[in-house]
Parts: sequence; structure tokens; C-alpha cells
Amino acid sequence: MAKYIFKRICLAIVTIWAVATLTFFLMNLVPGGPFMSEKAVSPEAMAALEAKYGLDKPLGEQYLTYMKDALHGDFGQSLRQRGRSVSSIIFSKFPVSAKVGGMAVVVALVLGVPLGCLAAFNRGKVWDHIISVIATCGIAVPSFVICTFLMYTFGVKLKWLPTLGLTGPANYIMPVVALAFYPMAYIMRLMRSSMLDVLGQDYMRTAKAKGVSQSKSIFKHALRNAILPVITYLGPMMAYTLSGSFIVEKIFTIPGLGGQFVSSITNRDYTVIMGTTIFLATFMVIMMVVVDILYKIVDPRIKLK
Amino acid sequence: MKKNPLSFQLDLNPDDFLPASEEEKESLVVMRESVSFWKDGMRRLRKNKVAMVSLIVILVIMVFAFIVPSFYPYSYEQQIKGSNNLAPMQYSAQELARIDAGEKVFPHIFGTDKMGRDYAIRVMMGARISLLVGLIASAIILVIGSIYGSIAAFAGGWVDIIMMRIVDIIYTVPDVLLIVLLSFALEDPLAKLASIHGFGWVSKVGTNLICIFIVFALLYWVGMARMVRSQVLMLKENEYVTAARALGAKSGRIIKKHLLTNCIGTLIVTTTLQIPSSIFTESFLSFLGLGVAVPMPSLGSLASSAINGINTYPYLLFIPAVVISLIILSFNLLGDGLRDAFDPKLKN
Amino acid sequence: MSNKLVDIKDEYLSFFTPAGEVKALNGVSISLNEGEVLGIVGESGSGKSVTAYSLMGLTAHPGKLISGELNFNGHQVEKMSEKEMRKMRGNEVSIIFQDPMTSLNPVYTIGNQIEEVILLHTDKDKAQAKERARELLELVGINEPDKRLKQYPHELSGGMRQRVMIAIALACEPKLLIADEPTTALDVTIQAQILELMMELKDKLGMAIILITHDLGVVANMCEKIAVMYAGHIVEYGTVDDIFYNPKHEYTKGLLKSIPRLDATEHERLVPIEGTPIDMLNPPKGCPFAPRCEKCMKICLREMPPVTEFDDVHYTQCWMNQKEMMQGGTANE
Repeated sequence: MAKYIFKRICLAIVTIWAVATLTFFLMNLVPGGPFMSEKAVSPEAMAALEAKYGLDKPLGEQYLTYMKDALHGDFGQSLRQRGRSVSSIIFSKFPVSAKVGGMAVVVALVLGVPLGCLAAFNRGKVWDHIISVIATCGIAVPSFVICTFLMYTFGVKLKWLPTLGLTGPANYIMPVVALAFYPMAYIMRLMRSSMLDVLGQDYMRTAKAKGVSQSKSIFKHALRNAILPVITYLGPMMAYTLSGSFIVEKIFTIPGLGGQFVSSITNRDYTVIMGTTIFLATFMVIMMVVVDILYKIVDPRIKLK
Repeated sequence: MKKNPLSFQLDLNPDDFLPASEEEKESLVVMRESVSFWKDGMRRLRKNKVAMVSLIVILVIMVFAFIVPSFYPYSYEQQIKGSNNLAPMQYSAQELARIDAGEKVFPHIFGTDKMGRDYAIRVMMGARISLLVGLIASAIILVIGSIYGSIAAFAGGWVDIIMMRIVDIIYTVPDVLLIVLLSFALEDPLAKLASIHGFGWVSKVGTNLICIFIVFALLYWVGMARMVRSQVLMLKENEYVTAARALGAKSGRIIKKHLLTNCIGTLIVTTTLQIPSSIFTESFLSFLGLGVAVPMPSLGSLASSAINGINTYPYLLFIPAVVISLIILSFNLLGDGLRDAFDPKLKN
Repeated sequence: MSNKLVDIKDEYLSFFTPAGEVKALNGVSISLNEGEVLGIVGESGSGKSVTAYSLMGLTAHPGKLISGELNFNGHQVEKMSEKEMRKMRGNEVSIIFQDPMTSLNPVYTIGNQIEEVILLHTDKDKAQAKERARELLELVGINEPDKRLKQYPHELSGGMRQRVMIAIALACEPKLLIADEPTTALDVTIQAQILELMMELKDKLGMAIILITHDLGVVANMCEKIAVMYAGHIVEYGTVDDIFYNPKHEYTKGLLKSIPRLDATEHERLVPIEGTPIDMLNPPKGCPFAPRCEKCMKICLREMPPVTEFDDVHYTQCWMNQKEMMQGGTANE
């Protein structure tokens, strides 16, 4: 187990390094720079600015400097938000996104798993159809449609819920629902099909032949097997949901990481882009490892190599 | 021992105990006609009402997206003076005057936007762009993903490990980042390309749209590649492949005869399900303002530009939103139907 | 020992599939005394397993009992509620399935799965159940039982898993053990071991066994009575001697000709039964075996043959036997 985790961490570091390198060169190959859009900058001032941030040096040297600093945990200063370090930007924005995202993950799981099971048990009956319709809509309707629909209905027309910012608990309802909708629908579908699969397995027949009651055979024998695909999906889902959805953050004006990331890309804030990319990649990779370990705990057949 | 079998209320006569002929025996055997994989699948698909309705919806939307605009009285970029922000079926003062003068004026079924453009034709054009993106992107993904995946699965060993590591890395890079960077990077080269004679279509299609295709080609094939790889790995282990190899079949024949025919159902289904997800992504990008170039509309950009006026003109948002949801929903349901029909494991 | 443990009378059972009604059992009658071993032989889809499953109330989803009486150990199974049936399953009657690879839950240890059935049907506490599980593993001939209890199914071989399945089945010392092709999925050498084990345990525990198989060799060694099934009918029923030395039905004769024998003369060839089983969705009107029968007569195509009884035990459903009986009858008069 320890050996496996060590191996995974090594692999993760390689992946993160590759992502960082790819991003660095791609970003710098693109014509234009962070100070292009500033109108009143004379060529001399531009040169001074570039010298200040080391942008005048050869690309290879910039890369090495950056990597050396990054290894020490220093991701540099933002090029556009004067006087703020990249780390402080990420760590002020990420908790906001993670809070909304975490709630969404919980909502998606708490609703998705039982409803998916319910559909499987009532295969072909009314409940199955109702849940299938919800699940299919959840997957088919883009998040901006859901966001604007929620906003229009509950915010503008009914005026039940606040539409801007994250000032009170009521502010969380709409973004969390909007963010949870797709993963919830996806989990419902996954859960339904895997539960149907498990219910047809021979060991379920064995359980029945042993005299195990229906509810116990479902909770003990079926659920643990059927939940495996959901666990696999949990990794990418957590990584995406927790790191903030740009759309949701834009529509509900939430000061999160997702919105920050997109605006830093359009502003060419190189250091923030790099820092955020490395942060997100690390987060994603960690989630994957956590999920792998979780999978191993639930399914003894998996050998961690 | 029972001695009187004649007590059975049957009319037995000695003829009955004569041997039956082969023909008589044959006539008894009602064999179900054997149906081919495709016929069987199509039969099951036709029986699936939800899938058939989805197919019809898709066809209707395609007619509106590709055929109707060519003889529609308005064009998507035409700004009609004085007809700004009309509600659905409403006429502007000038148009009313023209109607009074006896002219026929085609109604604005969905109203007009703030620039005075007819919204119905813009939604149709938007649907066309979205469908094109979905279809072309899925084709690109299908080709790249299946080739990459099958090479990795076939080569195995180190090649497989390295190829799959690359997939992991691509999977980890934030896609918004790559899309934005690419559209910046490709702006100049594409603009130059557009000025070359014969490449005028580039500027018409818009650099962003081309970027979207390139991004799809670069990024989104990874899911398909993973799927194909696992499928091929699984099929490769099957005894009939070993049997074919033992009989001296060449690799090309094995791929064509055994692997491809067994994969093709899954490939069709995955591609059908890829179409809505490509449309989804395009609408998301257009919503961010990274999609098609103005004045070309896409459903995402229509929704995006309508969002600020949601209080006064909600229909400008709802129409494209409903259309895009309908397209994605129909493709999803059709894909599900195809899977139910063509996945041999899910028979009956 | 002559108490009737199982008495199935005229059972009709159908599966209502989307494609139509599949008549899986058409008037099946079986009786079995305590401590007896009955073999049910037939090809796939002939209704062997369906008969046995219905006795435990394990009929799979679209299947429905149409009519007939199912008596087991003083219960009327067809009238029992699900709750009553649950108390019976695993306790009074147990089953061993064909495929030990998939019949055990992959995510729980062997110990957990054996203890589960003990805890369900006895008053034993956890520690006692564990002790009993250990005993059972020893009983079914598994070495290092303490280590095995902590292992997961995928860590065991097929033969080992089938032994575990037997241990689960025997945990509450049932009156009847149903063995549904218990050795089909195993290696030949392991097959013999498992069968031997079952016979040994039968003598030790005194339970009755219904052995479902398509392997005539297996039944010859183990069973006292044999039922030969074809397309939902018992076409011939009798003692081992009746079936092997005095087969009456053409299908039984065909089956016997198609297995290799040690006492066969050198140039005797194995004779396969020609043709394929009938389509159960559209069964022919007459005898289901008629299309494949070498001695098929006109009447066979039209009417289902009645039961011909040779003695208290031995009977068939075949017009040939009926004809002989009628002729014999007239001759005697």
C-alpha cells in the first residue's frame, strides 16, 4: 500500500510537471503579452515592466527560474493585480469555490445515489420513468440554461432568493443547485445501470437462497458492489466541481477561482495562469489518487500495483 | 399396470401409429428466422418510441437549420431599421405602414433583437452552427480517438504506457486555458490564411470556430481513446481472436473482421453521445464569448447576449435555451436507444 | 426413511417475456423421500433448474406458477408468504449453484458470507457463528480454515469456492440440498472430488439431494431415482436401474447412446441425437420430442402422449410405450 502510494505520487509529480511545462511554453508562444492592452505604456516603460518581471530574458531562462521558484512554493507576483502574490490570490479564491462546490458534491451524492437505486428497483414503473426524465434533462440542459432559469424564476420573478454574491445562507441555494444538477443526474444514471447490473448477478441469487431479506440483501450485498462506478466518477467530479465553475460564478457573481482563472487568461496574467493551472492539476491528481485508494477499500479485488 | 389406455377420450385409429414422414416432422418445427445483428438492432430501435421521437425531432431541427434559412425572407445579419426589440409576432411602425399600404410583410415569429435582426432566422442559424460543431467535432473525435486508442491497445507495453500517460496529461490541462490560448495564437495565422485566394471561407466561418474544432481535435478525443483502448484490449483477449490468429489470419484481417465488427456498435453509440457533449461545449464556449465570430450566431452566443436583458426580453434567452436543450436531449435519447438496440450484452 | 419430503404435483410454470409466454414446465410431478437422491437430467432449457428453483420460491422475474402443488417438509410452498419462505431458505432447503466464480459476493470475506447464513437462522452469537464457520470449512475439506475465513472469493480457486458454497448450504443442516449442476464449471478432477464430498456429507448429515445435471455419468453414481426432462415435461422417470438398463423413451435411449461406456465393444460408435431442441415460444402441439424422434408416428405430431406406467416408480410419456402397452393389453385379454 505505502509502495503504491509512493509510486502514484511520483507519477503525479511527473504529470504536474508536464502540465506546467506544456502550459508555460504554450502561453509564451502565443503572440502578445500581459502589458499589451495598456494604452499609455511607452516602449521604454514596457521594457522596464518586462525587465521587472523577467520577461525580457530568453524563454528557457524564464522557464528555469520559474520552475526553481515554484519548487520553493513561490509562484511569483500577479502581473495584473499589482502587489498581490499568486498564492494569496489562489488561497483567497479557492475556499469560496470549494465551499459552493463541496455543498454541490454532497447534494449530488445524497440525491443521486438513492434516486438511482430507486429507479433500478422499480425498473419500468412510474418512479423509474420520472427519475429517468430528471436524469436525462439534467444531462441535456447546459449549466448556463439552468443558472439563468433559476435566476429568472426564483430571483427575478418570484423574488424568493437573492441573486448576487454570497452574503447569506440563502445566497448559496441557487449556485449549489445549479452546480449539483449535472453531477446528480449523471450519478443517478450511473447508479441505476450499475444497480440493475448487480441485481442480476449470481451472488444476489445466492443471498436470496440463503434466506436474506430483501432490504438486507440490497444494503449489504448490492449497494457496495453497485456504488463502485460512482466512486470512479467521484474523482473528476470533485476536481471540477470544487475548483469552481466559471459559468455559475459569472452568473451569480461569486468571487471564486473559476471566474478568476478565466479573467486571468484573457488578461494574460502569466503568473496567475501558471499558478492556477499547477494548483488545479495538483488538485485533480490528488483527487484521482484518493479515489483509487477509496476504490481499493470498497473492492478487495483491486490490486494496487 | 394400467390396462385400458383407450379410456383416454381420444379418437385413436391404427393409422395414427404409422411412422411419420420426414416432411411431417419438418412441418412441426417452427424455426424463428435468424436475423443479422444489424437487422435485429434496427428492429429493436424502431420499436423504441423514445428513440424514434428523438430521431424525428433531430430531423425536424435539421430541416429548420439547413434548409429553411435558404428561402427565409430575412437573413441572419440583416438589420431591419426601426424593428429593434420587437416582441414575437409584433410589427414595427414602418412595417405596419407597409402592411397598410398593401404590402405583405413576413412576421417576426420570435421577434427581433436589439440590433433589429429577425430572431427566428438567428436561432435557425445558431442551430445550424451548433449542429455542425456537434457533427464535425464528433467525427474528428471519432477518428483521432479510435486510431490512438487502438494503436495503444495493439502495441501494448511501453508504447501503451507512454501513450496513456499523454492522455492523462491532456486530461489534466484545463481546457478553457488551451482554448483561449489557441484562439489567441491562431488569430494571426488564420487571418493571413483567409487573405490567400481560395481560403476566404476561413474569415466567414470565424477563427474562433476553427479554433474550437482544433481544440476538439487536440483535447476531447481522450475519452474516446480510452474507451476504444479498453474495448480493444478486452476483445483482443477473446478466444476467437486467438483462434483467428492460430488459423494464420493477418493482423489487418483480424482488426477488420473481428475487432472492428465487434467494436462498431459501441463506436456508433459513443459517437452519437459525443455529439450532444460537443454541442454542449460549443454553447459553453460561445457563452463565454469564445465561440463563433459576430455576426454569426450560435445558440450559446444568442443565450449569452440575451442574458443582460433577461428582465425585459426573457424570450430572447429562453428560445435558444430551449432549442439547445432539445437538441442535446434528443441526441442523448437517440444514443441511449442505439445502445439498447445494438449492445449485444443488453439483449432483451 | 420413507417419509415424503418433496411432493410436486402437476406443476405448470410459465415465463411471461416480452416476446410471449414461454411454457417452462408443463405438468411436472416429482416426489422424493427423506435421505433420497434424485437426479434430474436434461439439456439446457428443459426446465430442470426451474423445477428446483420453484420449490425454493426462487423463480426469476417474469416466471409465474400457473398451477400445481408444491409440498416440501410439511409446507405448501405455493401458498407461503415471502417471509415464511425466507425462514425456510438456507435453513430447511439449500442450494448450490452452477458457477462458483460468480455465486459468492466479491466484496465480502468467505467468513462473512458463511456466518451470515448462520446468524440468520440460528441463535448463535458472532463468536459462535465464526466457530461454526470454521467447523464447516473443515467439514468440506478446506485446509487452513482460519486463514480462509479472512480471504475474499477471488483469492480462492473454483473448486475451493464450490466447497465454500457447499459449506454455506450445509450451515444449518438442511433437509434437502438442491445441487444445480454443481460441477459443470469445474475441472474434471475437481468434479469427482466435489461429488464425492457431497455423497460423504449426505451420509453424514442424512439430507436428501436433488441433483440437476446434464451429465448422465454423474447421476449413475449418485442417484437412486432419475427424472429425464425434455421441454418442460418429465418424459421418463424411474430408478437408476430402470433408466440405465431398461430405458423406454426414445430420448432417454438417445441420451444413453450418446455417452461413452466402458463396456462398449471396440467399434461401437457414439450416436448423437440429431436436431435441435424446439422453440419454447412456439411449442408444437404434439410430443415436443417428435421432430427429433427416429420412431416418430403420426399421432406424435398431433397429441401429447399420456403417461405410461410400468411399475410403481417407472413411467414415461411416449406414444410408442403407450402403443406397446395397448397391444400387450389386448394380447393379454
